[in-house]
Amino acid sequence: MHPAFSIIFFTTASGAGYGLLFALGLLVPLGLLPQGSGFGFVALAVGLGLVTAGLLSSMLHLGHPERAWRALSQWRSSWLSREGVMSLLTYAPAAVFGIAWVFFGEPGGVAGLFGWLMAALALVTVYCTAMIYASLKTIRQWHNPYVPPNYLLLSLASGLLLANTLAALFGGARGWLLVLGALALAAAWVAKEAYWRAFGTAGPTATPESATGLGRLGRVRLLEAPHSEENYLLKEMGFRAGREHAERLRMIARGAGFAAPLALTLLAWLTGGVVAAVLLVVAVLAAAAGLIAERWLFFAEAKHTVINYYGGARAA
Amino acid sequence: MTSLPEPMPGAKKLGLVIDLDTCVGCHACAVACKEWNTGGHMAPLTDLAAYGADPDGVWFNRIHSFEAGEQGHGCTSRTVHFPKSCLHCEKPDCVTVCPTGASYKRAEDGIVLVNESLCIGCKLCSWACPYGAREFDEDVGVMKKCTLCIDRIYNPHLEAEERVPACVMVCPTSSRHFGDLGDPDSAVSTLVRDRRGYDLMPEMGYQPVNKYLPPRPRPVVPEDQRVARNAGQPSRAEKGFAELLRWVDKALTR
Ligand code: SF4
Ligand code: SF4
Repeated sequence: MHPAFSIIFFTTASGAGYGLLFALGLLVPLGLLPQGSGFGFVALAVGLGLVTAGLLSSMLHLGHPERAWRALSQWRSSWLSREGVMSLLTYAPAAVFGIAWVFFGEPGGVAGLFGWLMAALALVTVYCTAMIYASLKTIRQWHNPYVPPNYLLLSLASGLLLANTLAALFGGARGWLLVLGALALAAAWVAKEAYWRAFGTAGPTATPESATGLGRLGRVRLLEAPHSEENYLLKEMGFRAGREHAERLRMIARGAGFAAPLALTLLAWLTGGVVAAVLLVVAVLAAAAGLIAERWLFFAEAKHTVINYYGGARAA
Repeated sequence: MTSLPEPMPGAKKLGLVIDLDTCVGCHACAVACKEWNTGGHMAPLTDLAAYGADPDGVWFNRIHSFEAGEQGHGCTSRTVHFPKSCLHCEKPDCVTVCPTGASYKRAEDGIVLVNESLCIGCKLCSWACPYGAREFDEDVGVMKKCTLCIDRIYNPHLEAEERVPACVMVCPTSSRHFGDLGDPDSAVSTLVRDRRGYDLMPEMGYQPVNKYLPPRPRPVVPEDQRVARNAGQPSRAEKGFAELLRWVDKALTR
């Protein structure tokens, strides 16, 4: 599948944003993260900012962005619609929780309930995003039970990393949360490796033989394509990642997305203070690059059944 | 509504039956489709750089050609021309994934359509179609697809015999048949039964309404009656003579 930058940016940025909102909404009401309104303002601004930037970027990908509101109507059948509804719903408790915390310095009590509601909706939104992909039977790399846990763990790991970094910048880093952040990164890494092992380069479920029904005659080979130049289908779904290129990006995803932030988080736990804050900022930058590589691969390595009509996995 | 209509017993399922035995791959159906539909229900079928080096445009019907069977051995493999358009599936995820309600399946005849004024151009439906039957119109910003010529088949302004899809109307070998596949006694259903028509990619579970009729088995020519591999190639003397003629021709035209 064609790796469109707008969708890569949307899924990574909003994933991290929702992960951060989840951490804040869950932990702040319990008094487990800094309570100051300064921290509250910055942390919520980062979380909501990432989420909003992601949503706007995904709207730019549309043919008719001005009609985007229509996407809220079909939540009964469509995961994309559900994602839209959930992402908007998350803003409501976020607003109550944020106002109570930032303007009234009151993130606990009743406001805390709104924090928890925000945390829950943030997770549900990420799950909906994952299900948009996981529900597409046409793409083996997406239609499998690995995809939702992958998305949730990546969102959680990147969100916790942001929460730790912001807390450290405000001088309120928590040792146990750093360890938890490192564990989340490790879990996300393991899940991603398992996914790559199972589906990284697998072909589509269907074959040129079943796609044409001509398997009864023997092996099926494309003799003549219907058109001389690339059409929409080939541009959108015929994308093929170069093997070496993919391998390189996988190393970037491993190193920058998982190994570096993991090591830096643990180092920050050991050092503490200003050094920890600096280390964590570097970890965030590395993770951003790594996650973009990871998401590029998620699209670029996904093979759609339509390539069976263009010479199978051999098609460009 | 992008939820699918409740399937009703005896409901109409309009669709096509395509005969891969007789299709000669002339692309007439694709051209007739383009011509009718660029002025029809889903108009226009935009072309980008139609006369440039890299022409690109929206088509509802595309004709692939495949070689099937033992390859590199002229006698046992077959060339099969393979027209492909929307199969108006009974369980089409292209409809259910649509977030806006733009994509829908009609309860009355099973035709799958896009309401262009609702479509936001998210392209998700084209990702959900296993068959590559939906093409995005960059220019208009909405998804386009085969309508089964809904503006012909119910069109009272056309003669009764013209109330069929444009592709069916034009096919010079009558390889395309249109009818109600929900009615077991219809001509198309009978054809499917007699010729063992089949579904494309049944493993996807979309239950396409359109059916394909397989190429009929061809008699295998016994080994000793086969034409030699170099048959039709000129002999050495013939080659020399041709060379001479070319030289004469050159000399005379100088
Ligand atoms: S062929 Fe594709 S576009 Fe047509 S109904 Fe089936 S899934 Fe939908
Ligand atoms: S491109 Fe249009 S028809 Fe297709 S899923 Fe999106 S809104 Fe629906």
